[in-house]
Amino acid sequence: MVTLNDYLLASGLLFAIGFAGVLLRRNIIIIFMCLELMLNAANLSLVAFSRFNLVNGLPNYNAQVFVFFIITVAAAEVAVGLAIIVALYRSRRTTHVEDINSLKF
Amino acid sequence: MSPILFWFFTILMLGFGLAVVFNSNPVASALSLVVSFIGLAALFFQLDAYFIGTIQVLVYAGAVMVLFLFIIMLLDLKAERRRRLNLLAFGGGLVVVGAFVAQLMAVLHRFPAGSRPFPALTTSPDDVREVGTALFTTFNLPFQVVGTLILVATIGVIVLSKRELK
Repeated sequence: MVTLNDYLLASGLLFAIGFAGVLLRRNIIIIFMCLELMLNAANLSLVAFSRFNLVNGLPNYNAQVFVFFIITVAAAEVAVGLAIIVALYRSRRTTHVEDINSLKF
Repeated sequence: MSPILFWFFTILMLGFGLAVVFNSNPVASALSLVVSFIGLAALFFQLDAYFIGTIQVLVYAGAVMVLFLFIIMLLDLKAERRRRLNLLAFGGGLVVVGAFVAQLMAVLHRFPAGSRPFPALTTSPDDVREVGTALFTTFNLPFQVVGTLILVATIGVIVLSKRELK
């Protein structure tokens, strides 16, 4: 029997993997992929709660509309982020975050 | 919601998620991310969210991944050369992630409602119609705002990609 806690555990572990990637990796493109993992982990728990809290015998579709908005904004964010990475690579010739330290104190 | 399928796709999703973090080649990471997202879409299908699962495959496994691969090829990234690992930062990262997982376990342990089984649907889900109706009636204003956001993002990307940033 699969319960809500199993889905929340899967979602939390996916978030933890993305979080670990953001903290441990030093390549800016991999960090960006791990951000996507974290966004999708949040989506999984939203959809699981939507299925758990039925409204008139159907899943709560407000949560699914919210997930739709998150996916849309994430797609726009990927486009802008990758454009920034390309501009950064053009001026600095690197994608390694430790080489980008002009704002470092 | 069969437990075998649930655990199969969960392990697929988490395993390839780990592969994203631990591959040193960015192309391999991007392809692992595709498989991870397909596992996630299968979990959406098991939760009767067919529309969300479909756009997950279309947007992430399709558009976003092509964009990532395109940029990796464009920048011509090689596999990362070994750098001296900053042990303090690495250890700190592991501690923060471990604390997060421990907290997650504690919260799930104290959430008794979550161990109840999912209630059965009484009517068959017609979720594209339901999501579409909600999107164009209750959430019409946010929908327009998101449309504007995408327009602004498109213009921003064009400006950022110009050769000379003024």
